[in-house]
Amino acid sequence: MKTIFEPTKGMLPVDTSYCPGCSHGIAHRLIMEVLEERGDLGRTIGVVPIGCSINAHNFMNIDMCESTHGRAPAIATGIRRVHPDKVVFTYQGDGDLASIGAGEIVHAAHRGEKFTTFFINNAIYGMTGGQMAPTTLIGQRATTAVDGRTVEQAGLPLRVCEMLATIPGAVFVERVILNTPANVRKAKKVIEKAFDIQEARLGFTFIEFLSACPTNWGMSPEDALKWVASDMAEYYPVQNFRTPEGF
Amino acid sequence: MSKVLMKGNEAFGEAAIRAGCKCYFGYPITPQNEVPEYMSHELPKAGGAFVQAESELAAVNMAYGAAAAGGRVFISTSSPGLALMQEGLGFICSTEVPIVALNVSRGGPGVGGIQPGQADYFQATRGGYNGDVKIPVFAPSGIQECVDMIYESFDIAEKYRNPVLILADGMIGQMMEPVELPPQKEITPVDKISEKKPWAITGTDNHEGRNVVFSLRLVPDVLESHVEHMFEKYAEAEKELVRYSSMNLEDAEIVFVAFGTMSRLCAEAIEILEERGIKAGLIRPISLWPFPDKAFDEIGPKTKVVISTELSMGQMIQDVKAAVNGRFPVRLIHRTGGVVPSSLEIADRAIKHLEGLK
Amino acid sequence: MKMKMFFAGSGGQGTLAIGQMIAKAAMEEGKEVTWLPSYGPEMRGGTANCTVVVSDKPISCPLINEADVLVAMNLPSLVKFEPMVVPDGLIMINSSLVSIDTSRSDVKSVKVAANDIAAELGNEKAANMIMLGAILNETHVVEPDTIRKEIEHMFSGRKEKFLAMNMQAFEHYLSK
Repeated sequence: MKTIFEPTKGMLPVDTSYCPGCSHGIAHRLIMEVLEERGDLGRTIGVVPIGCSINAHNFMNIDMCESTHGRAPAIATGIRRVHPDKVVFTYQGDGDLASIGAGEIVHAAHRGEKFTTFFINNAIYGMTGGQMAPTTLIGQRATTAVDGRTVEQAGLPLRVCEMLATIPGAVFVERVILNTPANVRKAKKVIEKAFDIQEARLGFTFIEFLSACPTNWGMSPEDALKWVASDMAEYYPVQNFRTPEGF
Repeated sequence: MSKVLMKGNEAFGEAAIRAGCKCYFGYPITPQNEVPEYMSHELPKAGGAFVQAESELAAVNMAYGAAAAGGRVFISTSSPGLALMQEGLGFICSTEVPIVALNVSRGGPGVGGIQPGQADYFQATRGGYNGDVKIPVFAPSGIQECVDMIYESFDIAEKYRNPVLILADGMIGQMMEPVELPPQKEITPVDKISEKKPWAITGTDNHEGRNVVFSLRLVPDVLESHVEHMFEKYAEAEKELVRYSSMNLEDAEIVFVAFGTMSRLCAEAIEILEERGIKAGLIRPISLWPFPDKAFDEIGPKTKVVISTELSMGQMIQDVKAAVNGRFPVRLIHRTGGVVPSSLEIADRAIKHLEGLK
Repeated sequence: MKMKMFFAGSGGQGTLAIGQMIAKAAMEEGKEVTWLPSYGPEMRGGTANCTVVVSDKPISCPLINEADVLVAMNLPSLVKFEPMVVPDGLIMINSSLVSIDTSRSDVKSVKVAANDIAAELGNEKAANMIMLGAILNETHVVEPDTIRKEIEHMFSGRKEKFLAMNMQAFEHYLSK
């Protein structure tokens, strides 16, 4: 019999703890597939955040550490100083990265740290049960904004890629969307590029994934994916913000 | 070996480098700025890495990352900065990663002042960490001790896979004394890290299986077992890490208890009291946790009062009372806010305490 | 032998530096020594004080209640710190900047026109070296040769052009 598909060795053969329709599983698999294809699984060190994906180290088949809430970029900075030749990444949600860890991500970019950050933006706090995030859209309901987010109460949602793209040390900044098979394949290419640029040690590399959280949005997985494309992508344009020359 | 005249803060840095420190992370705060300054120009020469962090929060987390990845790591700060590092230090205890941290403390609370203080005794020995956590704390009183302590602390941190905290103060950080420096140890090469630290996250190519450094344990029984495991280590630390020095305990009427800068002042107060015909002695806790309870068993029958002498409103006195355990009256001599009393003031107040007993 | 010395001036006068040079020389000569600066937020123009204790025996405390020697590089330093000098102690006054004498009648005061002499030698910045020579001339706390070696070391390489002038300033009072 001919094998036509095999799960990546980058993912451990266990069920994930994520809800049906959650984008974490897709993002995990894409990153791990890329690392496996590059032959890098054994020389990669990853940092997981506080949030649903703190569990990522139970699924990703590489050396990893947990972080204090929001500080993954500082932790990866430390790891990079000890291991100048390894592949280093952080994997962070929007509460972790855009709220409590806003300082650390800005300064990692500012120093031009030679690691990659994968930013899962699902516009809500998942693990704690659907509270408003800095990325929650205007009008979007959350358990701490039951009538929907308002500008008066919480300001406009934070566009992280646009902010980081103003920092010279962030040499690669791109937003992708995980809503269709075609876009998932495109996202994989972007991950490959980010690792190429990391390996060239040109500076900080950053990918934002527009992602679905059907459970906390109160939607079916299918509706959630539609909402990512219709509402999230409208406010958070899917595009490249910066690429170094030659990539 | 020839001696060099070194400032406390620079001696801390040089000792860390000689201990094979790979990484230093710090944020400017007085009165410890000479530490990051020194490390910024000397550590790279020795093959290490210096990062000026964007905050103490970032510094302690950089330290965690570098140490989890197997590097020897040193961080320093002063009192308000240590307050910011508390979460990280507790987390590091939970993840069982070794680092050496230095607090060159100053007057508090809040932003407080920048003159020497010891009101971080609680912050150092009890900490603001959530959960069941212990961190060995050592307090130097001279620059040679600063050097020896830092040099040894890396080994202690790695043995116990736990942070070790050095509690100095502004005077220790700023003063100069001659020191003999220990030999330079090699920074562990990257490809040897997993041999020495099989738990470190170095990439799975470099060790058996897969390493994960973590803190989250959602199952209560599992978390309880982990904390019990940590406390088995702490029980051993309580046996192994007790350090103190003492003088005149067998025939002293007054026994001072003081650490760091205050112990230097007490040593001179003892000379002044001797001139006045009063025999005084000193217990100098070098390890603040574990506290040297057994030193108090050496106090002789002539002692009338034990005086905790502190640059705070009286924090160590709790441990002193527990160690004395009702055997002698315990009194307090203190100044706070960065005010350092003279040895004369200490001697005078000690005599008043002695007279007050009658 | 135990000598407690207090050096006081304003930032930028090199006051801490000469205290440190004496401390280092004492160490080189095998003595026990402590050097303790005051520290504060001022970088320039503020007060700059340091305490140096030199002894044959281990020094219990680097802080002092009284000084055997006060070096007052400016007027506020003299006024503020002269009370801490022991009876029969010594006050070295930088008379270029201090027009009055000490109000103490139980101490010896020595006036050193440090800035004026340094200016005559070509660089007023060497006023502290003039004072350093004068201190050694009065106290003999360390050997001049030990300091000479330090000065040679300090002014080597890129700073060598300043060596001759600083050495000359240091020697000024020693050759008297």
